[in-house]
Amino acid sequence: MFSVIFYNICSKYTTLLANVLKYAGKSAIIHNMRTIFYDTVVEACSSLTSACLRMTPSCEAALRRARETESEPSAAFSLDMLLQNAALAQQKRLPLCQDTGMAVFFVRLGQDVHIEGGLLEDAINEGVRRGYAANGCRASVLDPITRKNTGDNTPAVVHIELTAGDALSLTFLPKGFGSENMSRLYMLTPSDGVEGVKRCVVNAVKEAGSKPCPPIIVGVGIGGTADKACVLAKQQLLREVGAPSDDPTLAALEIELKDAINALGIGVQGFGGNNTALAVHIGKYPTHIAALPVAVNIQCNAARVAEVTL
Amino acid sequence: MEFKRLKAPFASEDVAALRAGEFVSVSGTLYTGRDAAHKRLTDAIKSGQPLPIPLEGQGIYYVGPCIKDGNPVSAGPTTSARMDVYAPALYDRGIKVTIGKGDRTQNVYQSIQKNGAVYLAAIGGAGALYADCIKSARVVAYEDLGTEAIFCLSVQDFPLIVAIDSLGNSIYNR
Repeated sequence: MFSVIFYNICSKYTTLLANVLKYAGKSAIIHNMRTIFYDTVVEACSSLTSACLRMTPSCEAALRRARETESEPSAAFSLDMLLQNAALAQQKRLPLCQDTGMAVFFVRLGQDVHIEGGLLEDAINEGVRRGYAANGCRASVLDPITRKNTGDNTPAVVHIELTAGDALSLTFLPKGFGSENMSRLYMLTPSDGVEGVKRCVVNAVKEAGSKPCPPIIVGVGIGGTADKACVLAKQQLLREVGAPSDDPTLAALEIELKDAINALGIGVQGFGGNNTALAVHIGKYPTHIAALPVAVNIQCNAARVAEVTL
Repeated sequence: MEFKRLKAPFASEDVAALRAGEFVSVSGTLYTGRDAAHKRLTDAIKSGQPLPIPLEGQGIYYVGPCIKDGNPVSAGPTTSARMDVYAPALYDRGIKVTIGKGDRTQNVYQSIQKNGAVYLAAIGGAGALYADCIKSARVVAYEDLGTEAIFCLSVQDFPLIVAIDSLGNSIYNR
Protein backbone atom coordinates (compact mmCIF):
# COMPACT_ATOMS: atom_id res chain seq x y z
CA MET A 1 0.00 0.00 0.00
CA PHE A 2 1.36 3.41 -0.83
CA SER A 3 0.32 6.88 0.22
CA VAL A 4 0.80 10.11 -1.65
CA ILE A 5 0.61 13.53 -0.09
CA PHE A 6 -0.36 16.43 -2.30
CA TYR A 7 -0.61 20.01 -1.20
CA ASN A 8 -1.93 23.04 -3.07
CA ILE A 9 -3.47 21.14 -5.92
CA CYS A 10 -6.73 22.44 -7.26
CA SER A 11 -9.78 20.35 -6.51
CA LYS A 12 -10.31 19.19 -10.09
CA TYR A 13 -6.99 17.43 -10.16
CA THR A 14 -7.24 16.01 -6.68
CA THR A 15 -10.64 14.53 -7.54
CA LEU A 16 -9.25 13.08 -10.73
CA LEU A 17 -6.29 11.64 -8.90
CA ALA A 18 -8.52 10.24 -6.17
CA ASN A 19 -10.53 8.39 -8.82
CA VAL A 20 -7.39 7.00 -10.42
CA LEU A 21 -6.21 5.76 -7.04
CA LYS A 22 -9.64 4.37 -6.24
CA TYR A 23 -9.64 2.26 -9.41
CA ALA A 24 -6.11 1.19 -8.66
CA GLY A 25 -7.39 -0.06 -5.31
CA LYS A 26 -5.04 2.13 -3.34
CA SER A 27 -5.53 4.69 -0.63
CA ALA A 28 -4.21 8.20 -0.71
CA ILE A 29 -3.99 11.22 1.55
CA ILE A 30 -5.27 14.15 -0.44
CA HIS A 31 -5.92 17.46 1.22
CA ASN A 32 -9.03 18.77 -0.42
CA MET A 33 -10.82 19.69 2.77
CA ARG A 34 -11.90 22.70 4.70
CA THR A 35 -9.45 23.49 7.45
CA ILE A 36 -10.71 24.51 10.87
CA PHE A 37 -8.03 25.44 13.33
CA TYR A 38 -7.70 23.84 16.75
CA ASP A 39 -7.68 27.26 18.42
CA THR A 40 -10.97 28.18 16.71
CA VAL A 41 -12.59 25.10 18.23
CA VAL A 42 -11.12 25.91 21.66
CA GLU A 43 -12.50 29.44 21.47
CA ALA A 44 -15.93 28.24 20.32
CA CYS A 45 -16.20 25.66 23.12
CA SER A 46 -15.04 28.15 25.71
CA SER A 47 -17.78 30.58 24.57
CA LEU A 48 -20.39 27.82 24.62
CA THR A 49 -19.81 27.21 28.33
CA SER A 50 -21.39 30.58 29.10
CA ALA A 51 -24.65 28.67 28.53
CA CYS A 52 -24.25 27.78 32.24
CA LEU A 53 -25.23 31.40 33.01
CA ARG A 54 -28.69 31.33 31.44
CA MET A 55 -31.82 29.26 31.19
CA THR A 56 -32.96 28.40 27.68
CA PRO A 57 -35.86 30.68 26.60
CA SER A 58 -38.10 27.68 25.93
CA CYS A 59 -37.53 26.34 29.46
CA GLU A 60 -38.25 29.73 30.97
CA ALA A 61 -41.47 30.00 28.94
CA ALA A 62 -42.50 26.53 30.12
CA LEU A 63 -41.87 27.50 33.76
CA ARG A 64 -44.03 30.59 33.29
CA ARG A 65 -46.86 28.47 31.88
CA ALA A 66 -46.50 26.11 34.86
CA ARG A 67 -46.69 29.07 37.27
CA GLU A 68 -49.99 30.20 35.75
CA THR A 69 -51.62 26.88 36.59
CA GLU A 70 -49.94 26.23 39.95
CA SER A 71 -52.10 26.27 43.05
CA GLU A 72 -49.87 24.58 45.69
CA PRO A 73 -48.36 27.45 47.75
CA SER A 74 -44.89 25.86 48.15
CA ALA A 75 -44.79 24.90 44.50
CA ALA A 76 -45.90 28.38 43.41
CA PHE A 77 -43.24 29.93 45.65
CA SER A 78 -40.61 27.62 44.14
CA LEU A 79 -41.58 28.54 40.58
CA ASP A 80 -41.38 32.24 41.47
CA MET A 81 -37.92 31.63 42.92
CA LEU A 82 -36.78 29.77 39.80
CA LEU A 83 -37.99 32.56 37.50
CA GLN A 84 -36.35 35.24 39.68
CA ASN A 85 -33.20 33.16 39.74
CA ALA A 86 -33.12 32.94 35.94
CA ALA A 87 -33.45 36.72 35.68
CA LEU A 88 -30.75 37.33 38.32
CA ALA A 89 -28.33 34.85 36.74
CA GLN A 90 -28.69 36.49 33.36
CA GLN A 91 -28.45 40.01 34.72
CA LYS A 92 -25.39 39.42 36.92
CA ARG A 93 -23.84 36.69 34.74
CA LEU A 94 -23.94 34.09 37.52
CA PRO A 95 -24.23 30.33 37.05
CA LEU A 96 -27.95 29.55 37.01
CA CYS A 97 -27.38 26.50 39.19
CA GLN A 98 -24.24 25.59 41.12
CA ASP A 99 -24.26 22.20 39.40
CA THR A 100 -22.77 23.40 36.15
CA GLY A 101 -22.65 19.78 35.22
CA MET A 102 -20.43 17.45 33.38
CA ALA A 103 -19.85 19.02 29.98
CA VAL A 104 -21.56 16.96 27.29
CA PHE A 105 -20.91 17.81 23.64
CA PHE A 106 -22.82 16.55 20.64
CA VAL A 107 -20.61 17.17 17.61
CA ARG A 108 -21.65 17.00 13.98
CA LEU A 109 -18.44 16.85 12.04
CA GLY A 110 -18.64 17.30 8.27
CA GLN A 111 -16.45 14.68 6.64
CA ASP A 112 -14.82 17.36 4.50
CA VAL A 113 -13.42 19.10 7.57
CA HIS A 114 -9.84 18.81 8.71
CA ILE A 115 -8.94 19.99 12.20
CA GLU A 116 -5.49 21.57 12.00
CA GLY A 117 -3.24 21.87 15.00
CA GLY A 118 -4.49 19.15 17.33
CA LEU A 119 -7.17 16.64 18.19
CA LEU A 120 -10.83 17.68 18.20
CA GLU A 121 -11.48 16.25 21.66
CA ASP A 122 -8.41 17.97 23.07
CA ALA A 123 -9.73 21.27 21.69
CA ILE A 124 -13.13 20.68 23.29
CA ASN A 125 -11.53 19.89 26.65
CA GLU A 126 -9.32 22.97 26.46
CA GLY A 127 -12.44 25.06 25.76
CA VAL A 128 -14.17 23.54 28.79
CA ARG A 129 -11.09 24.18 30.96
CA ARG A 130 -10.94 27.86 29.97
CA GLY A 131 -14.67 28.55 29.86
CA TYR A 132 -15.53 26.96 33.19
CA ALA A 133 -12.74 28.87 34.94
CA ALA A 134 -13.63 32.19 33.29
CA ASN A 135 -17.32 31.90 34.18
CA GLY A 136 -16.79 30.72 37.75
CA CYS A 137 -18.41 27.39 36.97
CA ARG A 138 -17.82 24.42 39.25
CA ALA A 139 -15.18 21.75 38.81
CA SER A 140 -17.39 18.72 39.38
CA VAL A 141 -15.49 15.97 37.57
CA LEU A 142 -13.38 13.38 39.36
CA ASP A 143 -11.87 9.90 39.07
CA PRO A 144 -14.64 7.38 39.85
CA ILE A 145 -12.34 5.13 41.90
CA THR A 146 -10.01 7.50 43.76
CA ARG A 147 -12.67 10.30 43.85
CA LYS A 148 -9.86 12.78 43.15
CA ASN A 149 -11.17 15.90 41.37
CA THR A 150 -9.52 16.77 38.05
CA GLY A 151 -9.83 20.41 39.10
CA ASP A 152 -10.97 21.88 35.79
CA ASN A 153 -14.18 19.99 34.94
CA THR A 154 -12.47 17.97 32.20
CA PRO A 155 -12.81 15.62 30.51
CA ALA A 156 -16.03 16.36 28.68
CA VAL A 157 -18.23 13.58 27.31
CA VAL A 158 -18.10 13.92 23.53
CA HIS A 159 -20.43 12.28 21.02
CA ILE A 160 -19.23 12.70 17.43
CA GLU A 161 -21.43 12.11 14.41
CA LEU A 162 -19.86 12.24 10.99
CA THR A 163 -22.02 14.13 8.49
CA ALA A 164 -21.88 15.30 4.89
CA GLY A 165 -20.32 18.65 4.04
CA ASP A 166 -17.67 20.89 5.51
CA ALA A 167 -19.33 22.36 8.61
CA LEU A 168 -18.54 21.59 12.22
CA SER A 169 -21.40 22.07 14.65
CA LEU A 170 -21.01 21.76 18.41
CA THR A 171 -23.89 21.50 20.87
CA PHE A 172 -23.09 21.92 24.54
CA LEU A 173 -25.25 20.41 27.29
CA PRO A 174 -23.98 21.03 30.83
CA LYS A 175 -25.61 18.09 32.57
CA GLY A 176 -26.28 18.27 36.29
CA PHE A 177 -26.22 15.00 38.17
CA GLY A 178 -29.19 15.41 40.49
CA SER A 179 -31.15 14.59 37.38
CA GLU A 180 -28.52 12.43 35.63
CA ASN A 181 -28.46 10.07 38.62
CA MET A 182 -32.12 9.33 37.93
CA SER A 183 -31.42 7.94 34.43
CA ARG A 184 -32.80 4.48 33.73
CA LEU A 185 -32.31 1.82 31.06
CA TYR A 186 -34.92 -0.91 30.58
CA MET A 187 -34.22 -3.79 28.22
CA LEU A 188 -37.80 -4.81 27.47
CA THR A 189 -38.79 -7.73 25.30
CA PRO A 190 -41.03 -7.37 22.22
CA SER A 191 -44.08 -8.69 24.09
CA ASP A 192 -43.94 -5.67 26.43
CA GLY A 193 -44.90 -3.41 23.50
CA VAL A 194 -45.75 0.26 23.69
CA GLU A 195 -47.64 -0.29 26.94
CA GLY A 196 -44.41 -1.54 28.45
CA VAL A 197 -42.60 1.55 27.22
CA LYS A 198 -45.17 3.79 28.93
CA ARG A 199 -44.89 1.85 32.20
CA CYS A 200 -41.10 2.25 32.18
CA VAL A 201 -41.12 5.98 31.58
CA VAL A 202 -43.72 6.67 34.25
CA ASN A 203 -41.94 4.32 36.66
CA ALA A 204 -38.58 6.06 36.12
CA VAL A 205 -40.10 9.44 36.96
CA LYS A 206 -41.98 8.03 39.94
CA GLU A 207 -38.82 6.49 41.37
CA ALA A 208 -36.94 9.75 40.82
CA GLY A 209 -39.61 11.58 42.81
CA SER A 210 -38.38 14.87 44.27
CA LYS A 211 -34.68 14.17 43.60
CA PRO A 212 -34.09 15.49 40.04
CA CYS A 213 -35.37 19.05 40.73
CA PRO A 214 -38.82 18.89 39.18
CA PRO A 215 -40.40 20.30 37.09
CA ILE A 216 -38.35 18.17 34.74
CA ILE A 217 -37.94 17.48 31.06
CA VAL A 218 -38.05 13.76 30.32
CA GLY A 219 -35.86 12.48 27.48
CA VAL A 220 -36.78 9.04 26.19
CA GLY A 221 -34.85 6.89 23.72
CA ILE A 222 -36.62 3.85 22.30
CA GLY A 223 -34.83 1.18 20.24
CA GLY A 224 -31.30 0.59 19.01
CA THR A 225 -28.91 -1.12 21.39
CA ALA A 226 -28.56 -0.38 25.11
CA ASP A 227 -25.98 2.35 24.46
CA LYS A 228 -27.86 3.78 21.46
CA ALA A 229 -31.07 4.12 23.50
CA CYS A 230 -29.21 6.02 26.23
CA VAL A 231 -27.61 8.49 23.82
CA LEU A 232 -30.92 8.94 22.01
CA ALA A 233 -32.65 9.74 25.31
CA LYS A 234 -30.03 12.37 26.14
CA GLN A 235 -30.25 13.89 22.63
CA GLN A 236 -33.94 14.57 23.22
CA LEU A 237 -32.92 17.07 25.91
CA LEU A 238 -31.41 19.27 23.20
CA ARG A 239 -34.84 20.01 21.72
CA GLU A 240 -36.72 23.18 22.57
CA VAL A 241 -38.76 22.44 25.67
CA GLY A 242 -42.18 21.22 24.60
CA ALA A 243 -41.46 21.19 20.86
CA PRO A 244 -43.29 18.07 19.63
CA SER A 245 -41.61 15.21 17.79
CA ASP A 246 -41.81 15.34 13.98
CA ASP A 247 -43.22 11.83 14.13
CA PRO A 248 -47.00 12.09 14.82
CA THR A 249 -47.07 8.76 16.71
CA LEU A 250 -44.25 9.85 19.00
CA ALA A 251 -45.77 13.33 19.40
CA ALA A 252 -49.03 11.73 20.62
CA LEU A 253 -47.08 9.45 22.97
CA GLU A 254 -45.23 12.48 24.34
CA ILE A 255 -48.50 14.17 25.31
CA GLU A 256 -49.94 10.97 26.77
CA LEU A 257 -46.85 10.37 28.91
CA LYS A 258 -46.63 13.99 30.06
CA ASP A 259 -50.22 13.76 31.30
CA ALA A 260 -49.56 10.42 33.01
CA ILE A 261 -46.45 11.83 34.73
CA ASN A 262 -48.23 14.97 35.86
CA ALA A 263 -50.99 12.82 37.34
CA LEU A 264 -48.39 11.28 39.72
CA GLY A 265 -48.67 14.34 41.99
CA ILE A 266 -44.92 14.72 42.63
CA GLY A 267 -45.05 18.38 41.68
CA VAL A 268 -42.51 21.20 41.71
CA GLN A 269 -39.57 20.20 43.95
CA GLY A 270 -41.72 17.27 45.16
CA PHE A 271 -44.11 19.64 46.94
CA GLY A 272 -47.20 18.20 45.21
CA GLY A 273 -49.38 19.51 42.39
CA ASN A 274 -49.61 18.86 38.68
CA ASN A 275 -46.34 20.36 37.45
CA THR A 276 -43.92 17.43 37.57
CA ALA A 277 -42.89 17.42 33.90
CA LEU A 278 -42.63 20.44 31.62
CA ALA A 279 -42.29 18.15 28.62
CA VAL A 280 -41.61 14.62 27.45
CA HIS A 281 -39.37 14.29 24.39
CA ILE A 282 -39.11 10.94 22.65
CA GLY A 283 -36.75 9.68 19.95
CA LYS A 284 -36.63 6.26 18.34
CA TYR A 285 -34.24 4.11 16.32
CA PRO A 286 -34.68 0.69 14.73
CA THR A 287 -33.90 -2.17 17.07
CA HIS A 288 -33.32 -5.93 17.00
CA ILE A 289 -36.15 -8.47 16.54
CA ALA A 290 -35.46 -9.73 20.07
CA ALA A 291 -35.47 -6.38 21.81
CA LEU A 292 -37.21 -3.24 22.96
CA PRO A 293 -34.69 -1.01 24.75
CA VAL A 294 -36.07 2.05 26.57
CA ALA A 295 -33.80 4.67 28.10
CA VAL A 296 -34.93 7.59 30.24
CA ASN A 297 -32.71 10.62 30.77
CA ILE A 298 -34.03 13.43 32.94
CA GLN A 299 -33.24 17.13 32.67
CA CYS A 300 -33.80 19.28 35.76
CA ASN A 301 -35.58 22.65 35.66
CA ALA A 302 -32.27 24.44 34.99
CA ALA A 303 -32.15 23.58 31.28
CA ARG A 304 -29.05 24.95 29.61
CA VAL A 305 -28.09 24.24 26.01
CA ALA A 306 -26.05 26.14 23.44
CA GLU A 307 -24.99 25.43 19.88
CA VAL A 308 -22.55 26.89 17.39
CA THR A 309 -21.71 26.03 13.80
CA LEU A 310 -18.24 26.76 12.48
CA MET B 1 -45.98 35.23 51.77
CA GLU B 2 -45.33 34.99 55.52
CA PHE B 3 -41.75 34.14 56.49
CA LYS B 4 -40.74 33.01 59.97
CA ARG B 5 -37.35 34.46 60.83
CA LEU B 6 -34.77 32.05 62.23
CA LYS B 7 -31.29 32.65 63.64
CA ALA B 8 -28.46 30.22 62.96
CA PRO B 9 -26.98 28.48 64.98
CA PHE B 10 -30.39 27.34 66.10
CA ALA B 11 -32.17 27.34 69.45
CA SER B 12 -33.92 24.04 70.23
CA GLU B 13 -37.23 25.74 71.01
CA ASP B 14 -37.19 27.63 67.69
CA VAL B 15 -36.61 24.40 65.81
CA ALA B 16 -39.26 22.48 67.75
CA ALA B 17 -41.86 25.14 66.92
CA LEU B 18 -41.43 24.80 63.14
CA ARG B 19 -44.10 22.99 61.16
CA ALA B 20 -43.92 21.38 57.72
CA GLY B 21 -44.99 23.75 54.97
CA GLU B 22 -43.96 26.94 56.80
CA PHE B 23 -41.75 29.43 55.00
CA VAL B 24 -38.63 30.43 56.90
CA SER B 25 -35.92 32.99 56.41
CA VAL B 26 -32.58 32.03 57.97
CA SER B 27 -29.84 34.48 58.94
CA GLY B 28 -26.55 33.67 60.66
CA THR B 29 -23.91 31.01 60.05
CA LEU B 30 -24.28 27.67 58.32
CA TYR B 31 -21.73 24.99 57.50
CA THR B 32 -21.65 23.37 54.07
CA GLY B 33 -21.15 19.69 53.50
CA ARG B 34 -21.90 17.20 50.80
CA ASP B 35 -20.93 13.62 49.97
CA ALA B 36 -17.15 13.66 50.52
CA ALA B 37 -17.20 15.90 53.62
CA HIS B 38 -19.95 13.79 55.18
CA LYS B 39 -17.91 10.66 54.68
CA ARG B 40 -14.93 12.25 56.43
CA LEU B 41 -17.02 13.65 59.29
CA THR B 42 -18.75 10.35 60.00
CA ASP B 43 -15.47 8.42 59.65
CA ALA B 44 -13.99 10.79 62.25
CA ILE B 45 -16.96 10.18 64.57
CA LYS B 46 -16.61 6.39 64.18
CA SER B 47 -12.91 6.44 64.97
CA GLY B 48 -13.24 8.94 67.82
CA GLN B 49 -11.19 11.65 66.11
CA PRO B 50 -11.83 15.33 66.87
CA LEU B 51 -14.21 17.05 64.47
CA PRO B 52 -13.16 20.17 62.54
CA ILE B 53 -16.49 21.98 63.14
CA PRO B 54 -18.90 22.30 66.09
CA LEU B 55 -22.14 20.33 65.67
CA GLU B 56 -24.28 21.41 68.64
CA GLY B 57 -27.20 23.53 67.46
CA GLN B 58 -25.67 23.97 64.01
CA GLY B 59 -27.13 23.73 60.53
CA ILE B 60 -25.55 21.91 57.60
CA TYR B 61 -26.34 23.08 54.09
CA TYR B 62 -25.90 20.41 51.41
CA VAL B 63 -24.15 22.45 48.74
CA GLY B 64 -21.06 22.50 46.57
CA PRO B 65 -20.88 26.14 45.54
CA CYS B 66 -19.47 27.69 42.38
CA ILE B 67 -16.67 29.99 43.52
CA LYS B 68 -15.34 32.94 41.52
CA ASP B 69 -12.58 35.15 42.89
CA GLY B 70 -13.09 33.57 46.32
CA ASN B 71 -16.82 34.28 46.47
CA PRO B 72 -19.77 31.93 45.94
CA VAL B 73 -21.53 32.89 42.70
CA SER B 74 -24.02 30.03 42.66
CA ALA B 75 -24.96 28.00 45.72
CA GLY B 76 -28.22 26.11 45.48
CA PRO B 77 -28.93 22.83 47.28
CA THR B 78 -27.87 19.37 46.18
CA THR B 79 -29.98 16.20 46.48
CA SER B 80 -30.25 15.42 50.20
CA ALA B 81 -31.02 11.72 49.80
CA ARG B 82 -27.35 10.99 49.12
CA MET B 83 -26.55 12.25 52.61
CA ASP B 84 -29.19 10.02 54.24
CA VAL B 85 -26.66 7.33 55.19
CA TYR B 86 -24.65 9.94 57.13
CA ALA B 87 -27.33 12.28 58.51
CA PRO B 88 -28.50 10.32 61.62
CA ALA B 89 -24.96 10.24 63.09
CA LEU B 90 -24.78 14.02 62.78
CA TYR B 91 -28.29 14.69 64.13
CA ASP B 92 -27.37 12.44 67.07
CA ARG B 93 -24.40 14.68 67.82
CA GLY B 94 -26.27 17.94 67.92
CA ILE B 95 -26.97 19.07 64.37
CA LYS B 96 -30.40 20.73 64.56
CA VAL B 97 -31.01 21.61 60.93
CA THR B 98 -30.09 20.15 57.58
CA ILE B 99 -30.84 22.01 54.36
CA GLY B 100 -31.05 20.51 50.90
CA LYS B 101 -33.48 19.46 48.22
CA GLY B 102 -35.75 16.46 47.84
CA ASP B 103 -37.30 13.96 50.21
CA ARG B 104 -35.40 11.91 52.79
CA THR B 105 -35.52 8.21 53.64
CA GLN B 106 -37.29 6.79 56.67
CA ASN B 107 -34.15 6.56 58.84
CA VAL B 108 -33.74 10.33 58.55
CA TYR B 109 -37.39 10.94 59.48
CA GLN B 110 -36.85 8.84 62.61
CA SER B 111 -33.61 10.61 63.50
CA ILE B 112 -35.23 14.04 63.07
CA GLN B 113 -38.09 13.05 65.42
CA LYS B 114 -35.77 11.45 67.95
CA ASN B 115 -33.54 14.53 68.11
CA GLY B 116 -36.18 17.26 67.90
CA ALA B 117 -34.54 18.46 64.72
CA VAL B 118 -35.77 19.60 61.33
CA TYR B 119 -35.08 19.36 57.61
CA LEU B 120 -35.46 22.53 55.54
CA ALA B 121 -35.86 22.52 51.77
CA ALA B 122 -34.03 25.00 49.60
CA ILE B 123 -35.26 25.43 46.03
CA GLY B 124 -33.22 23.24 43.70
CA GLY B 125 -32.12 25.23 40.67
CA ALA B 126 -32.09 28.65 42.34
CA GLY B 127 -28.29 28.75 42.72
CA ALA B 128 -27.76 32.40 41.84
CA LEU B 129 -30.47 33.61 44.26
CA TYR B 130 -28.99 31.65 47.16
CA ALA B 131 -25.48 32.88 46.41
CA ASP B 132 -26.90 36.39 46.57
CA CYS B 133 -27.95 35.72 50.20
CA ILE B 134 -24.43 34.63 51.21
CA LYS B 135 -22.51 37.52 52.70
CA SER B 136 -19.22 35.68 53.22
CA ALA B 137 -17.75 32.23 52.83
CA ARG B 138 -14.53 30.69 54.09
CA VAL B 139 -13.18 27.17 54.00
CA VAL B 140 -12.92 25.72 57.50
CA ALA B 141 -12.10 22.05 56.79
CA TYR B 142 -11.05 19.57 54.10
CA GLU B 143 -9.76 22.23 51.71
CA ASP B 144 -8.35 19.53 49.42
CA LEU B 145 -11.92 18.59 48.47
CA GLY B 146 -12.38 21.78 46.44
CA THR B 147 -16.09 22.58 46.13
CA GLU B 148 -16.77 19.67 48.52
CA ALA B 149 -14.76 21.27 51.33
CA ILE B 150 -16.60 22.47 54.44
CA PHE B 151 -17.27 26.21 54.17
CA CYS B 152 -18.60 28.39 56.95
CA LEU B 153 -21.22 30.64 55.34
CA SER B 154 -22.59 33.86 56.69
CA VAL B 155 -26.09 34.07 55.28
CA GLN B 156 -28.84 36.64 55.35
CA ASP B 157 -32.54 36.01 54.70
CA PHE B 158 -32.01 32.57 53.22
CA PRO B 159 -35.48 31.60 51.87
CA LEU B 160 -36.42 28.01 52.80
CA ILE B 161 -39.43 25.80 53.42
CA VAL B 162 -39.88 23.48 56.41
CA ALA B 163 -39.91 20.09 54.69
CA ILE B 164 -39.79 17.68 57.65
CA ASP B 165 -40.59 18.95 61.12
CA SER B 166 -39.63 17.56 64.54
CA LEU B 167 -42.91 15.64 64.73
CA GLY B 168 -42.13 13.84 61.48
CA ASN B 169 -44.65 15.77 59.39
CA SER B 170 -43.58 16.13 55.77
CA ILE B 171 -44.28 18.49 52.91
CA TYR B 172 -43.55 15.76 50.37
CA ASN B 173 -46.26 13.79 48.67
CA ARG B 174 -45.22 10.40 50.10
